[in-house]
Amino acid sequence: MSILIYLIPIALILGLFGLLAFIWSLKSGQYDDLDGAAQRILLDDDEEQK
Amino acid sequence: MTTQINNNAYESLTHTDETGSHNLNILVKGVHCALCIQKIETTIRAYDDVSYVRLNFSTGSLNIKWAGDTELADDFARAVEKLGYQVFPYNPEIEKNTEEQESRFLLLCLGVAGFAMGNLMLLSVGLWATDEITMGMNTRSLMHWISALIAIPVVMFSGRPFFRSAWAALKNGTTNMDVPISLALILATGMSIFETLNHGTHVYFDSAVMLMFFLLIGRYLDFRARRQAKGAAHDLLQTLNGFATVVEGTHTRQMLIREIQPDMIVSVAVGEKIPVDSMIIDGESTVDTALVTGETMPRDVKTGDDLYAGMVNLSTPLRLRVAKAAEDSLLADIVRLLEKAEQSNAAYVRLADKAARLYTPVVHFLALSAFILWAFLLGAAWQDALLIAVTVLIITCPCALGLAVPVVQVLATGQLMKRNVLVKSGDALERLAKIDVAVFDKTGTLTLGKPVLQDDDYTPKHMQFAASLAAHSAHPLSKALSDAYDGELIDVSDLKEHAGQGLSAIIDGHAIKLGSLKYCGLAEQSDNMYPQIALLIDGARADVFTFKDHIKDDAKDITATLKTQNIQPILLSGDRASVAQHVAEKIGIDTVYAEQSPVEKTEIINRLKAEGHNVLMVGDGLNDAPVLANANVSMAPGSAVDITQNAADIVFMGDQLAPIWNAYKDAVMAQKMVKQNFALAIAYNCIAVPFAFMGHVTPMIAAICMSASSLLVIINSYRLKFTP
Repeated sequence: MSILIYLIPIALILGLFGLLAFIWSLKSGQYDDLDGAAQRILLDDDEEQK
Repeated sequence: MTTQINNNAYESLTHTDETGSHNLNILVKGVHCALCIQKIETTIRAYDDVSYVRLNFSTGSLNIKWAGDTELADDFARAVEKLGYQVFPYNPEIEKNTEEQESRFLLLCLGVAGFAMGNLMLLSVGLWATDEITMGMNTRSLMHWISALIAIPVVMFSGRPFFRSAWAALKNGTTNMDVPISLALILATGMSIFETLNHGTHVYFDSAVMLMFFLLIGRYLDFRARRQAKGAAHDLLQTLNGFATVVEGTHTRQMLIREIQPDMIVSVAVGEKIPVDSMIIDGESTVDTALVTGETMPRDVKTGDDLYAGMVNLSTPLRLRVAKAAEDSLLADIVRLLEKAEQSNAAYVRLADKAARLYTPVVHFLALSAFILWAFLLGAAWQDALLIAVTVLIITCPCALGLAVPVVQVLATGQLMKRNVLVKSGDALERLAKIDVAVFDKTGTLTLGKPVLQDDDYTPKHMQFAASLAAHSAHPLSKALSDAYDGELIDVSDLKEHAGQGLSAIIDGHAIKLGSLKYCGLAEQSDNMYPQIALLIDGARADVFTFKDHIKDDAKDITATLKTQNIQPILLSGDRASVAQHVAEKIGIDTVYAEQSPVEKTEIINRLKAEGHNVLMVGDGLNDAPVLANANVSMAPGSAVDITQNAADIVFMGDQLAPIWNAYKDAVMAQKMVKQNFALAIAYNCIAVPFAFMGHVTPMIAAICMSASSLLVIINSYRLKFTP
């Protein structure tokens, strides 16, 4: 059972990474325009993006 | 509508930061597809100095950052307008800042709860699959402690939306569904902490966090739906924040509408909206008043007449003296009236909250008496007595009760959506099921809302002349005439449009006049209730065209069906009594109120409500918006103006009235389901609670019962899908 000492922290840290990534995406405004994101997937991106 | 962009209008809205980079926000209207995004962004990006351009599809705001000349701001606005979109200055005050924050807050709570749920499940699988012997007491304790360390901060963090709402309700001396939810969260967590401290067998951190996670999903989706519904009023206010052309001596300049003061002189070009309430000091024109009064036909106006913000100038440029600042305009009044009515409607107590009001005290009393019974009368240890009391509370967990209403509402609205009826608020169906009076607006609701040429035998030659002339005018009657004619048009020369009167031109050497009977020098019949225009060829009367607003095909059937359900139909119109009476007779409505202003309409609704009626209002004009918001429940056709659709609880598509009946039928059915669900939840409690009370329920059984009762309610609700 001593393997738990490693596995539980690893699971928690991985989960925490996920949470931090989510919070970052939230803060950077990725959820502000959900409808726009759905439309933008249809755009060609071969033109140069600034 | 066109906005003339003069120099410096948008430049004045540009913000420059310390690095010398400029930032401008423009509101773009008419964006509806991916191509629009691409066209606008590519056009702006083509400017050399632009470093960033992003169009927010949801809000329509275009954000541009660039270096160099600030004068480019107006070029950007012009460029976007040239693409065919309407541009308005973006007013940051109206920006839904608080809503944006609320949305982020809910998402954050949801994300944190999701993280905790995932990790707690990992631990729970091990815990529920084993017992003290196979796993060992110490390992179990360790896992309980880890669960506690994850769950306690997360419940405190992510449970805030529920705790806040529950606390607010308790402070006001009432309860809502959030009170039992908060209590369940706190108790499940509290009891688990107690178990962890006492090295107990089972903890319920996972149940608490999972309940919270699912409820947060519901809360977020509900929030998004409501925000979308609110969008229209927001759009209207943004439109009011455009620019107007202010005349100062000999020159003009663009000014933000919200900065206009009384007694300023503004000029309004053809096709522009009247920016503020004002009086005409120079010019004669025709204005489209549909937005303000709901009338279909444009009105002729002359010097000295009063105009209201939101009307559209149709034929000749006008010069106006401002009577009131924008925030005092009639349109602003309507928006305010609307907001007030919406707030008062929020006072409606939903069935779920009503249930919670009865349910909460009963459950608390039961738990308390269980504790007293076991601790004082039966002499059990206080820890055991507390455990039994908490089990009673947990087994009566409001999950099933909390699900009883929303599951049915989600299914019923989904069902109606397929039939082109959009239900905007969950409790609208609840209110719709109770109506006993249905009030209809006339124009656009019972009728199609646009003039159609009556099928009389017009001479083809006259039709051709009239249609060729009418093709050059934007007047609704001209449009109706053009629509009715599908032959070839002939060239006209010397075309002149006489504002509010008619058209004159030369065709094949004949002098042709097309216009009102008065303009053509013919006597008007005072008893005629339909608009007419006449055609003169070389000064002689050739034909008179009569237009009519058609009644929707199934209007008569629907009112008759409503009557069979003891729902009294009423016609409430701003139109002339003779027209309203005529339509009512044709459809079979006995009660008619005609020539009513928006304020009078609202009064009639309030009187009906005071008499104890539950009123459904169906309307489509902006003038109907406050009336809709005041009724117990309201519907608007999809052809209604944005703000009216926004005010209505239910929006239906198409040129038919059948959706009104469908929605009513489904609402009654859904209400039946809700009541069944409540009965199921109560029956479950009646069986489970005595066992818990007697101390016979082990935690494992409590957990299974909780899920089973929720499942039962969900399965029952799905029967709605199989009803015709």
